[in-house]
Amino acid sequence: MNVLGRIQSKRNIIFIFIVVMLSIAPLFLSDFRVNLLGKFIAYAILALGIDLIWGYTGILSLGHGVYFGLGAYCMAMYLKLEAARGKIPDFMSWSGLETLPWFWQPFSSGTFSLTMAILLPAFLAFAVGYLTFKNRIRGVYFSILSQALAIIFVVLFVGQQAYTGGTNGITDYKSVFGFPLSIDTTQMALYYVSIVLLVLTYALCNFLIERRIGKILVAIRDGENRVRFSGYNPTSYKVFVYCLSAAIAGIAGAIYVPQVGIISPAEMGIVPSIEMVIWVAIGGKGTLIGSIIGAILVNALKSGISESFPDVWSYFIGFAFIAVVLYMPAGIVGLVQNMAEKFKRKSTQCKNGMMEKPNKAA
Amino acid sequence: MDTYIIQIFNGISVSSIFVLAALGLGITFGLMKVINMAHGEFIMIGAYVTYLLQNFFLTQMDKSIFDIYFLLAMPAAFIIAGIMGLILEVTVIRHLYGRPLDSMLATWGVSLVLQQLARSVFGAPNVDVRSPAWLNGGLILSQGLQFPYKRLFIIALVVVCMIGVFWLLYKTATGRRIRAVMQNRDMAASLGINARKIDAYTFAIGSGLAGIAGCALTLMGSIGPSLGTAYIVDTFMVVVLGGVGTLWGIVTGGLVIGTSNTTFEFFTNTSWGKVLVFLLVILFLQWRPKGLFTINSRSLDDQA
Repeated sequence: MNVLGRIQSKRNIIFIFIVVMLSIAPLFLSDFRVNLLGKFIAYAILALGIDLIWGYTGILSLGHGVYFGLGAYCMAMYLKLEAARGKIPDFMSWSGLETLPWFWQPFSSGTFSLTMAILLPAFLAFAVGYLTFKNRIRGVYFSILSQALAIIFVVLFVGQQAYTGGTNGITDYKSVFGFPLSIDTTQMALYYVSIVLLVLTYALCNFLIERRIGKILVAIRDGENRVRFSGYNPTSYKVFVYCLSAAIAGIAGAIYVPQVGIISPAEMGIVPSIEMVIWVAIGGKGTLIGSIIGAILVNALKSGISESFPDVWSYFIGFAFIAVVLYMPAGIVGLVQNMAEKFKRKSTQCKNGMMEKPNKAA
Repeated sequence: MDTYIIQIFNGISVSSIFVLAALGLGITFGLMKVINMAHGEFIMIGAYVTYLLQNFFLTQMDKSIFDIYFLLAMPAAFIIAGIMGLILEVTVIRHLYGRPLDSMLATWGVSLVLQQLARSVFGAPNVDVRSPAWLNGGLILSQGLQFPYKRLFIIALVVVCMIGVFWLLYKTATGRRIRAVMQNRDMAASLGINARKIDAYTFAIGSGLAGIAGCALTLMGSIGPSLGTAYIVDTFMVVVLGGVGTLWGIVTGGLVIGTSNTTFEFFTNTSWGKVLVFLLVILFLQWRPKGLFTINSRSLDDQA
């Protein structure tokens, strides 16, 4: 337990360090890089939510792209309507629509869109989570179902071209809340808004896991039936944390869209959903800070490597993932922690299950 | 009347492909509790083996014997996909028994690597495989009612593979050992069965069956590096719907998903058809979380 305890105590210091580094990064980077970094911060927010549900509660969701995408689409609908200036969006007229569909209409309000970007994913997660967790569908079954969810939404969004922009998604925004997206000041403001959202999300997750609910979540991860026998109802905790995780993904999607300028079904399918899990695993699940490090580092590597050698990226991420699962189940955070422990010549043996090497992997 | 018959036939034919793809998964997932996300890539390997063998016959062999290449492709796909499966088992999977979620994530990495490998070797665009001449045409029942030989052949292939797996698992000594290890590993090991060896063989057989599925898929259309991705989730749904660990479950699951797929598509369109099928499966699992055919267990924490 001591290793995990040490990470917990040092975690906040590392987080403050990361936030400071991100805040001063625009002084050294080009606008293009800052924009990329803003996108990675949106991913880091998403990764925090995944860490909450996977790292702490032990539920592997392979459909988080859906919640991210729903949040992003809510924001994109608003941005698109703002760009269309009262007319109907271009892709709708191309598909032969004459009037704005009824469910698009409220999205001309920014407040409504932002609220829906959080509530819509949470509602969907509630419906899915309540049904599956109540019926004690768990483990691999839940993961496969969440994958099916991702397929359903991708097929639906691609198929309903007139309402969703189809494969191309929704793009071509002009301004956000009246500020033109093309100027640097707006982009910089969005960048700092992402940092603020990251801090708030981290604070919320940190608050939760340090309270009793955090302990119960970990207990559900490590032995759900014992939690049940102890008089708790794991279902309500699982549904709650799944909804929260989906809402966080929605927030991440909402801040992602104005910075990246496009959202399409390609961002919410199975492949991106699994990649999201990969960031958390590589960073170190169940540590919060690991998910942030993983999301930013993996994506920075991805854009770095794929700029020069696009083919190599798949090999890299594939082998990295095999290696992480086999040899460093605690991810980068666990690796650094282990090395620090060895360096201090302390006992490397740790009782914590998450930290111990897989017994056959040596 | 004819439309209905065609619909039913199409349904069965789509189902047979699902069953064939899911048969290998039923062994690796159902029996071994390994979530092999690279299963689709083993299907892809089988398809590319067929493609390579076809090219070999086109360039090296006499034209008159070209048509027998497909008969050789099936065992070749089984053996090569099986060997790849064996390599995967020895290097990666064996560390992950009893950790289904981890096996899922690690094999996802494997699938990324294999896909990129296929892209590097064969190129990103799809390639075509020429079906043997004896599978062209179809069985004509009446005017406008024709069953293509290719689809009939796949249905027959599924039946043969099913019988093969049944025979292997329930009629041979190896099958008894496989079932023993999967049901109670420690007890089987203490009775003198080399559980490690059985694991490796079982995984290889499951992968080999995926190879045969890939070989059959070359009859249906062109093949490419993303061939496996298209099938993987459908295949898992078949196994989950049917009930993990039962062969009958795979057949029923494949039939239900395949026929409802074509039926919904007939009444709506492709995208809604797929959505409706998945929604139905999700709703069905609310009612029977463990699928149609279940093996009851007294174990409390029976994961996967």
